[in-house]
Amino acid sequence: MLSQQLFNALALGCVYAVFALGFTLVFGVLGVVNLSHGAVFMVGAYCALIAVNQLGLGLPAALLLAFACAGALGLCIDVLVLRPLRARNAPHLIPMIATIGVGIVLSSLAQGLFGAANQRFDADALPGQSLSFMGLDMTALELGIIASSFGLMALLLLALQRTQLGRALRAIAESPRAAALLGIPVERLFRMTSFVASGLGGLAGTLIGLYSNALYPLMGQPILHKGIAVIILGGMGDIRGAMLAGLFLGFAEVLSVAYIGSTMRDAVAFGLLFLVLLLRPKGLFGSTQERKV
Amino acid sequence: MEWLDNFWAVYSNVVLSLGTNVLLALSIYLTLSCGMLAMANAAFMGIGAYTAALLSTHFDAPFALVLAAGMAAPALVALLMGAPTLRLSGVYLAMATLAFGEVVRIAVINSEDLTGGALGLNGIPQLTQWWTMLLALAGTLALLWRLRRARLGRAFEAIKEDETAAGLMGINVSATKLIAFTLGAAIAGLAGALNAHLTFFIGPGEFGFDRGVEILTMAVLGGIQNLLGPTLGALIVTLLPEALRSLRDYRLAVNGMILVLIVLFLPRGLVDPQALRAAWARLTQRKRAG
Repeated sequence: MLSQQLFNALALGCVYAVFALGFTLVFGVLGVVNLSHGAVFMVGAYCALIAVNQLGLGLPAALLLAFACAGALGLCIDVLVLRPLRARNAPHLIPMIATIGVGIVLSSLAQGLFGAANQRFDADALPGQSLSFMGLDMTALELGIIASSFGLMALLLLALQRTQLGRALRAIAESPRAAALLGIPVERLFRMTSFVASGLGGLAGTLIGLYSNALYPLMGQPILHKGIAVIILGGMGDIRGAMLAGLFLGFAEVLSVAYIGSTMRDAVAFGLLFLVLLLRPKGLFGSTQERKV
Repeated sequence: MEWLDNFWAVYSNVVLSLGTNVLLALSIYLTLSCGMLAMANAAFMGIGAYTAALLSTHFDAPFALVLAAGMAAPALVALLMGAPTLRLSGVYLAMATLAFGEVVRIAVINSEDLTGGALGLNGIPQLTQWWTMLLALAGTLALLWRLRRARLGRAFEAIKEDETAAGLMGINVSATKLIAFTLGAAIAGLAGALNAHLTFFIGPGEFGFDRGVEILTMAVLGGIQNLLGPTLGALIVTLLPEALRSLRDYRLAVNGMILVLIVLFLPRGLVDPQALRAAWARLTQRKRAG
């Protein structure tokens, strides 16, 4: 029974981690808390839904489409909203406020286009097989979610640590100005980061859409709030921290439902968030920094 | 005066909710003018609304006492949570207060015996009259107007410009921030208490993220350079959906669009005395030259 709970927690935690990856990537590189990430997540899920239900595509193609559409959306947000603010050198909070607006516009448009009611993937499009292993019931879907999440995390970590591109991104995270002086095409990498991060958001949306099989225009909001908790838990802008914290939140939620009661499930994330902010404001895995005058 | 009666019969709700929104915009103005982006005002409004509604439905308390409690309860909560939270700065503060709002919402939903849970509270007596609202609004505006000229208001300004420098000038930064935060919570609570006795019903959904964003939109739209800014912002955000009635489903999209466009093109809001003065100077100069 416990091992079954742990397995479910792993699947849930993986989705949180993928969502938080994109969220924290944007903060790390662009220095922006992108509060439209939840809405981008929702748009990705709906793209996959259209791909499966109306275009009759398979799941891999739907995931790819969700990545591409959400990524393109993220690119548009970057070019139309974030870049002008960067050019003006607006203080940190300003782009955050702007992305709140973007998120509201997107979810409200989705509500107008798709209606507020829950929508589902066609049942025959989902993999129905399940597997019993050492007393664990694992659906193909859950296994797929876990495998693809870990694959994405590994890919991203490798890209950031081992490639020239990753080194350039880390340089930008340190200081965009110094990076530009070193000849790194900062603006181009900002756009690329926005694309990839939003694409990851769209993928996470599709994964959770498949997992819970309920899509609705405001589905991005609860996950956005949890994503905030996750990236603060992991340390803002810290990729590895976000992964660990995402998995951690999945386990914390599932275990609290099992042992404390379902009413407390949503409070877990925020309780953790509060504690971390008060005790270790730079995240569980971060190091502290003094403010310089 | 018949047209006035007719007008009031149709639009009294809009006018009175305008009052609520001005109070809310002023409550976030207070923290913004002290350089903090705190997103907990919707939650404070909710705490005030629930406290007041419970008092008047269960205990038949006099309305003045109800309003006072509706202000005191969120102020107390703000005082308690502010002390540790306000050490955070910038985006961390914004996110902590956002999370606090969620905690309040979840707490309200889960304490069904007291708050009616997700179903909300029904049958709140309609005690808010137009003059109550006007009085509350005038009182708040007068207080804030006085505050701007006072030592405390100047301290807010100094902290907003540069926290470290303000501290070096001898301002007790954390205490000053806590005062701004608590006072903002009290004003939001007042708005909640008045609104609860206007609408007959309150539910946890009214005090969530959307409301928080709406409050922020009002302040950002009007600008926070002076008191006219948030007031004008609240006026526009309240009346716009009435004007765009045909867009009912997309009402929120309009709010979001306003937020984006203002941030992009009018970063200091609609009411920007500096720009106005500059424009005036240019105009008069041209006249003199011509």
